[in-house]
Amino acid sequence: MRTIRLLLEKEFRQIFRNKSILALILVMPTMQLIILPLAANYEVKNINLAVVDNDHSNSSAQMVNKIVASGYFKLCASPANFEQGMELIELDKADLILEIPAVFERNITREGSEKVFLAVNAINGVKAGLGGTYLSTIIKNYNQDILLKWAQASKIPAAPQINITASNWFNPSLNYNFFMVPGILAILVTMVGGFLTALNIVKEKELGTIEQINVTPIKKVHFILGKLIPFWILGNIVFTIGLLVSYFIYGIVPVGNLALMYAFVIAYLPAVLGFGLLVSTFCETQQQAMFIMFFFMMIFMLMGGLFTPIESMPKWAQIVAQFNPVTYLIKVMRMIVLKGSGFRDVLPHFFTIILFGVVLNILAILNYRKTS
Amino acid sequence: MKEQVIIADKLSKRFGQFMATNQISFSVSAGEIFGFLGANGAGKTTAMRMLCGLSIPSEGSASVAGFDVYTQTEEIKKNIGYMSQRFSLYEDLTVLENIRFFGGIYGLSDLQIKEKSDALIQQLGLEKEAKKLVSALPLGWRQKLSFSVAILHDPKIVFLDEPTGGVDPLTRRQFWDMIYAAANRGVTIFVTTHYMDEAEYCDRISIMVDGKIDAMGTPAELKKQFDAQNMDEVFYQLARGAKRKE
Repeated sequence: MRTIRLLLEKEFRQIFRNKSILALILVMPTMQLIILPLAANYEVKNINLAVVDNDHSNSSAQMVNKIVASGYFKLCASPANFEQGMELIELDKADLILEIPAVFERNITREGSEKVFLAVNAINGVKAGLGGTYLSTIIKNYNQDILLKWAQASKIPAAPQINITASNWFNPSLNYNFFMVPGILAILVTMVGGFLTALNIVKEKELGTIEQINVTPIKKVHFILGKLIPFWILGNIVFTIGLLVSYFIYGIVPVGNLALMYAFVIAYLPAVLGFGLLVSTFCETQQQAMFIMFFFMMIFMLMGGLFTPIESMPKWAQIVAQFNPVTYLIKVMRMIVLKGSGFRDVLPHFFTIILFGVVLNILAILNYRKTS
Repeated sequence: MKEQVIIADKLSKRFGQFMATNQISFSVSAGEIFGFLGANGAGKTTAMRMLCGLSIPSEGSASVAGFDVYTQTEEIKKNIGYMSQRFSLYEDLTVLENIRFFGGIYGLSDLQIKEKSDALIQQLGLEKEAKKLVSALPLGWRQKLSFSVAILHDPKIVFLDEPTGGVDPLTRRQFWDMIYAAANRGVTIFVTTHYMDEAEYCDRISIMVDGKIDAMGTPAELKKQFDAQNMDEVFYQLARGAKRKE
């Protein structure tokens, strides 16, 4: 116990004396949580729309108004013909061209339907795809409005139609922040914990101080614990900062139990810290450690279900994701924050993550050699 | 005959095809100052690391303080002090914090640490620097501090790997005074050096060339054996035959 106390004393003194690391620990998560969710948003806005209105009628103007009023589109130009519109796409000034035929109002009034032509700039696939879908939905709604209006006026029953009403459970307003912030927080806790532990031991190797430690009768387990516990505590501090930021900036109040969230983070951290320790036992320089950690962090991030759902990954990628500790933290975070899942719901994940921690730390202790 | 605290018999370390240390045999008795000489790359540090339990030998046998270098490395570590070639106290800790940390690791009680650090600070004249970071100390002082920390827990044997490299002559002299003081208290000193005047201070020396010990004895014996005026000449005669380049 005394050895561990001494190690902790030493480690905390060193951490608190290294002002740049300290700033990194405190400022980085705050900044990233403020900036990243704004960028990591699947909603497509500000789509540049060019409208070729050959009709210049009331109806066409109404429809364009309706499109712009949706908030997703910016009317960037009204070219005289389709060719001019294409030029705008080629210049990357427009993402979508909507061509309204000259007979638009007449056909709508007479026949209740009319075709419009939509051309999409698919260089940015997401923007194009979503933009096209939004636009056709708006137009369809508009068309139904008209149908309905005519129908009422002439007292003919409206065409039978199936209306799908979707209600979004757990995140009723489909606020992306609610979805992204817990995930990003999971990544931050992982990064701070993993990187700091890996670099810390390798730094001792570089400076040669580890040699002085290795020549003492210190036990390996003590040494590893002495490295693990400080970053375990720091990880929890980062997590707390993150929760405060998500409350004050995004107004996110976890639906579930806060204590359960902490319990899971406490169970989770040894897994990433152990991973950092394991990496450090293989590396001789901080550069090596940095690159190896970076490699794995990228995989952890992209294959952990933060940006893309794991269920839609190919089978092999789903298997990889099962071996990614971050997957579980992101999942559990979202479960608790959005859905209010309780202890029973996340219990299997508890077991998995503790298993990760045990295995990785045992490997780290085995691979750390006081005698080569 | 005095108790033999280090006994090495045909001790070897191989890295792939390269024999860093090739069948060296010697023994050091308690309280002796044993100089371990050799050109750069002759295999001194490798040999020392094996004796300290930092590196497992490839062949041969050795015991340090009565413990086997293959199987009882952790027992050896309890009984030795080690000062490596590279400065290895924590530069971002203060003088006192370093003493406290390393003393504590070797199992000294808080009271013992307190007493010892007070005595040590006074002895080294570091009263003003005690609460300063070690990085702020000049090299010579750091080396003296490093040595003091290495013998803080009263080890039976202390291993010093080029302790005076890059240190001015006056500080070197003071450093050797500290080594003598420790030896008088019965600590066995195992020291490597490149300074031949320091070799003269040793009770007995060995000179390594290309991983082997080519000569061993008291400085006087060696000078006689090689018909040399001083240790410098002895060293030149031996090292000239070396095939290994740095």
